[in-house]
Amino acid sequence: MRERVCADLSGLPLHGKGTASPTFWGTLVFMLLEGSGFALMIAVYLYLRSLAPAWPFGAPPPDLWPGILVTVLLLASLVPNYCVKRWAGHEDLRKVRIGLVIMSVLGIAPLIVRGFEFAALNVSWDSNAYGSVIWMLLALHTTHLITDVGDTLVLCALMFTRHGPNRRRFGDVEDNAMYWVFVVLTWLPIYVCLYGPSWL
Amino acid sequence: MTGIPHDLRDTEVDRDTVERRLAETWRTRRGFWGAIATVDHKIIGRRYIVTAFVFLLLGGVLGLLMRWQLATPEGRALGPDLYNQVFTMHGANMMFLFAVPVMEAMAVYLVPLMVGTRNIAFPRLNAFSYWIYLAGGLLLWVAFALDMGPDIGWFGYVPLSGPQYAPGKRADIWAQMITFTEIAALAVAVEIVVTVFKQRAPGMTLDRIPLFVWAMLVTSFIVMLAMPAIMVGSTSLILDRLVGTHFFNPAEGGDVLLWQHLFWFFGHPEVYIIFLPATGMISSMLPAFVRRPVFGYLALVLSMVTIGILSFGLWVHHMFTTGLPRLGESFFTASSMAIAVPAGVQIFCWIATLWDGRPVFRTPFLFILAFFFTFVLGGMTGVMVASVPLDTQVHDTYFVVAHFHYVLIGGAVFPLLGAVYYWYPKIVGRMMSERLGRWVAGLIFVGFNLAFFPMHILGLQGMPRRVYTYQADLPWGPLNMFVSLSSLMLAAGFLLFFIDAVRSARSGPPAGDNPWDSPSLEWATTSPPPPYNFARIPVVTGPSPLWENRDELPVASGLRLDRREIVITSVADAVPEARESSPRDSLWPFWAALTTSVLLIGSIFSPWAVVWGSIPVAIALIGWFWPKGTPEDEA
Amino acid sequence: MRLRHLIVSVLLPLAAGGCAGSQSALDPQGPNAASLAWLIGAFTIVCGIVWLLVMIVVGVALLRRRGAAEPADTPLAEDPGRERRKGAVVLAAVLATVVIVTGLTVISYLATHSLTAASGEPLVVRLRGYQWWWEVTYTSPSPDRFVTSANEIRVPVGRPVRLELSAADVIHSFWVPSLAGKQDLIPGRDNQLTFTAERPGIYRAQCAEFCGVQHARMALVVVALPPDEFAAWLDGQLRDAATPANEEEAAGREVASGKACAACHTIRGTPAAGTLGPDLTHVASRQTIAAGTLPTTRGSLAAWIADPQGVKPGNKMPMVPLSADELRAVSAYMASLK
Ligand code: HEA
Ligand code: HEA
Ligand code: HEC
Ligand code: CUA
Ligand SMILES: [Cu+2]
Repeated sequence: MRERVCADLSGLPLHGKGTASPTFWGTLVFMLLEGSGFALMIAVYLYLRSLAPAWPFGAPPPDLWPGILVTVLLLASLVPNYCVKRWAGHEDLRKVRIGLVIMSVLGIAPLIVRGFEFAALNVSWDSNAYGSVIWMLLALHTTHLITDVGDTLVLCALMFTRHGPNRRRFGDVEDNAMYWVFVVLTWLPIYVCLYGPSWL
Repeated sequence: MTGIPHDLRDTEVDRDTVERRLAETWRTRRGFWGAIATVDHKIIGRRYIVTAFVFLLLGGVLGLLMRWQLATPEGRALGPDLYNQVFTMHGANMMFLFAVPVMEAMAVYLVPLMVGTRNIAFPRLNAFSYWIYLAGGLLLWVAFALDMGPDIGWFGYVPLSGPQYAPGKRADIWAQMITFTEIAALAVAVEIVVTVFKQRAPGMTLDRIPLFVWAMLVTSFIVMLAMPAIMVGSTSLILDRLVGTHFFNPAEGGDVLLWQHLFWFFGHPEVYIIFLPATGMISSMLPAFVRRPVFGYLALVLSMVTIGILSFGLWVHHMFTTGLPRLGESFFTASSMAIAVPAGVQIFCWIATLWDGRPVFRTPFLFILAFFFTFVLGGMTGVMVASVPLDTQVHDTYFVVAHFHYVLIGGAVFPLLGAVYYWYPKIVGRMMSERLGRWVAGLIFVGFNLAFFPMHILGLQGMPRRVYTYQADLPWGPLNMFVSLSSLMLAAGFLLFFIDAVRSARSGPPAGDNPWDSPSLEWATTSPPPPYNFARIPVVTGPSPLWENRDELPVASGLRLDRREIVITSVADAVPEARESSPRDSLWPFWAALTTSVLLIGSIFSPWAVVWGSIPVAIALIGWFWPKGTPEDEA
Repeated sequence: MRLRHLIVSVLLPLAAGGCAGSQSALDPQGPNAASLAWLIGAFTIVCGIVWLLVMIVVGVALLRRRGAAEPADTPLAEDPGRERRKGAVVLAAVLATVVIVTGLTVISYLATHSLTAASGEPLVVRLRGYQWWWEVTYTSPSPDRFVTSANEIRVPVGRPVRLELSAADVIHSFWVPSLAGKQDLIPGRDNQLTFTAERPGIYRAQCAEFCGVQHARMALVVVALPPDEFAAWLDGQLRDAATPANEEEAAGREVASGKACAACHTIRGTPAAGTLGPDLTHVASRQTIAAGTLPTTRGSLAAWIADPQGVKPGNKMPMVPLSADELRAVSAYMASLK
């Protein structure tokens, strides 16, 4: 078929930022499908809970401190996370490097406490359905923590190499920060499920 | 390096050089490793389609085996254990390895061409998706060959699939096969959504998107919202079986019906994941054969969206006999019936398209007509089983078997076969045989109806499904024999179809760019398309671009030739925003899929496989994403 | 009512016919099944007509412009007025669809209601599903008059029967199409199903939920008897197992209580008190053995006991090694347990 050139795109940037970046949308879409996984797991929790005569069921309630500590750490990490996102937006390599180191530490810290949190549930996954579902909720969230911390560590390493100063990498850092917000926010409903008052 | 300026643009050189340089940049390397490493959506799509059709063939042979066993009372072809494996394999294979993947596969091939871009979004994820799908299919079939095939039905109800009543690894293999296919489908869904949102040709506003692309967009959202349910379900099942959790164990506070809710919250949308792409194919093929644009574009889009939304409110209609509260069940009757309305809108719009069109009776069109006949009938039986009291008589009988083969084969496979005849010339560059095509359409249409219509009657006469045999004093013998014989006619049609498809690849008449004089963009490029799809990205001015611009296609220039470059446009208005790069070929997706498969299969045997298996997965993923300093990495 | 007759006459040729033990939704023998058959007929007719209309319109659309030769390269020439008129027709068809499906929803809702309305004090029978047989317990206000049987439910004609459904292992589903729609038996949940038989007769029922390797051979029969016959039969079932009438049967009783049989089966009045398999106290009074697999005769009992895995592969009764004499004796004894 014959063609007629009617537009010249040579002036466009070689990489789009924000909503002009496919990776941004990819991250968003992944958040949607993982979010629906979280929502379904919470629905399973509520379903089993509605059938149980008492809740917690056949076990003492969990100890609160590890959960509170994790929540505080996660919420606190949102501040440097926000800074990293802004610095990445400004393509400030030095600050992004520092920020990512901080975020790596702030990602590993709750993971360590998370280990104690499992012990503080006071029930095993194979004791009964209550134990199964709260272990599963916690494990699901922990998986997300681990993968995102892994991602942060790799990005952090990358930023110290010759590939660091690149608009694409800064975009990746922004997307990673967005995903971290998702990981933190999904924790809140799970926290309520695990530790919320018994009338909830 | 070669003396060519670093930043070479298509505006600076003549057309031949443009094509040569683009081919150089986008081509897949020769040889085994080149084939493994490719990220070309056309090569992967073709592989995906062929693999899915192989599974159709295998599943069809299982269907014939079942018909052999059921042809006479007290049949002796298969024993009870083998029969149960066979029907489970048939159902699981058809749903998870054929019907859903084949629709995704068609989209992988067609969507980038239809929206006028050079590759799908996240091409490496696409390669990964195919390998994972292949691994899942192999897992199921190798297990079956080793007499470890699942025997719990395609929806694996607990407790029958649980730790107590399904010893061995059969149920685990079924559950893990689901994990594989869901990962593959989710990956494709993500790619489709981003491709449609961001990679449409300049000017392709929302109301100019081809209807098949719309269908795939809606389908992808359904996939993303529904498939997590089965992932949650199958993971819980494996945990119950492997590490002793109690999700489905009523003795420890779990619940048997929880499984059914989870399965059908996915399972019902699943059938629309199969059906909606098929309707998109109808909408996209019809204009070429009635010689006019489809009637009611907006209504068709809205009805697809409505079906997508409603599909999440119907799952309980598979559970009408489980003793849920009657009032709640009546709600699900109403919502199931309601879906007849958007389905009707689609049918009526297509008929309105036919009404003023000038029909051209070529093979794809014959399949469209077969679709009308068969799908509407299957929809009607769907409306019947949606009634709670009525369903208590026909649930789990051959009436339901008839219903779903009518909608699956009539509603999805017929359009799919039409689509193969229609897009084959684009994919292969040669036409399939029109003469054989008529025979294929005829044999399959007649054979199908003869084979499956009597099942309605069998169901009403009390024949339950999933029975490996029935006694001679029950009045089902003659009809079953008739059904079995008719299924041979159906199989003959399929056989002819496969012969035609294979033969035409070598000896079919060359197709030319646009053999059907169709209006959408995939026909603007050569058949088969070059590795870069379009030498220059088309600019879209209306919903039927090739009919509006019959002589000259408006295109955009200014893209680089030395890196894989695509155009990013805005979500609603498709205004160009960036010249984005598209990744090069890579072996990492293959390694990632391989290590993931080892992890998933290992986890059937030991939970530690998850821990140790994640290390190679992580390495493969880092390799995948680590920049290689290619021009694609520039910004 | 005329409509009802019309529907019945349309559907009747499809029904299984009058053979004993019919199992067909189109051969109703009680009020529930009758109103369901009516509903099936009504839906079939409405949906059939809609389908036919759609096909006719498709046919007309195809035929009406067959000859019309217009230049092939003007696929975009549309007449806006015509398109708008077509839009109105499509809209009308959509509205008609809304009306029809609303109507269908309403009649199915009404049918549900008519099913749940039962009159009279029901007979309560407990039905428990096992892989792959049924345990049947007839309850009574006085607990010492409970009777346990298997694979056959006898009911009095004209009196509603309430089945209390439970499952011992996996999900099963009780379905006696000539009398009522099906209802699942689910572990951990209690379901029930009420129906009435209007005429004496034998109605076949079959497990409708896939429950494992022998799902296909998990049938049972519902025998509807006139009320006085039913009462007499129930009294008979309350009695202990018949005492052997001859030497062979006595030897058979020894086998049944001395060998492994007793570990799984109960024969009231003998030491056999197992609960893994069907109660055999009155096994010979039932129509079939092994959940509808074989008619009850001395020969079939012998065949079953000699090789249960050959008759019903995969079922839960193992082959108990017996000598030829023992086998003959035990089957004679079983056949005497009326
Ligand atoms: C492509 C797949 C597909 C499609 C499109 C459908 C479409 C529909 N299905 Fe089906 N269904 C299956 C695949 C599909 N189904 C499968 C696989 C199963 C069995 C699973 C298993 O148990 O193994 C099943 C089972 C199933 C059940 C459970 C039955 C049982 O187990 O007892 C029910 C119950 O409500 C149901 C209902 C419907 C309805 C109401 C529609 C509607 O969407 C149909 C709407 C379409 C029309 C109605 C025709 C067009 C409309 C008009 C021409 C307008 C005029 C219409 C009227 C006035 C009525 N389906
Ligand atoms: C898209 C999905 C799909 C498709 C295409 C089919 C196609 C067919 N199905 Fe399938 N079916 C299901 C989905 C599908 N089915 C599902 C989900 C179930 C439920 C399972 C469950 O209960 O768990 C089911 C259950 C099911 C049953 C009920 C089993 C039971 O309850 O016991 C039966 C019985 O007749 C059957 C038959 C057939 C037949 C004869 C075909 C034919 O159309 C197949 C025709 C195709 C071929 C035959 C292949 C091509 C043939 C050749 C190339 C010829 C060469 C072959 C030889 C020389 C041997 N199917
Ligand atoms: C391990 C347990 C077990 C042992 C031992 C056993 N049975 Fe059974 N029996 C069963 C089960 C379970 C069934 C139901 C099988 C089915 O229908 O699927 C059954 C069914 C029967 C039936 C048919 C009952 C009916 O109403 O359908 C008879 C008769 C019978 N057994 C007799 C015997 C005799 C005689 C012996 C000893 C020689 C014996 N059984 C040993 C478990 C056992
Ligand atoms: Cu019990 Cu099927
Ligand atoms: Cu459904």
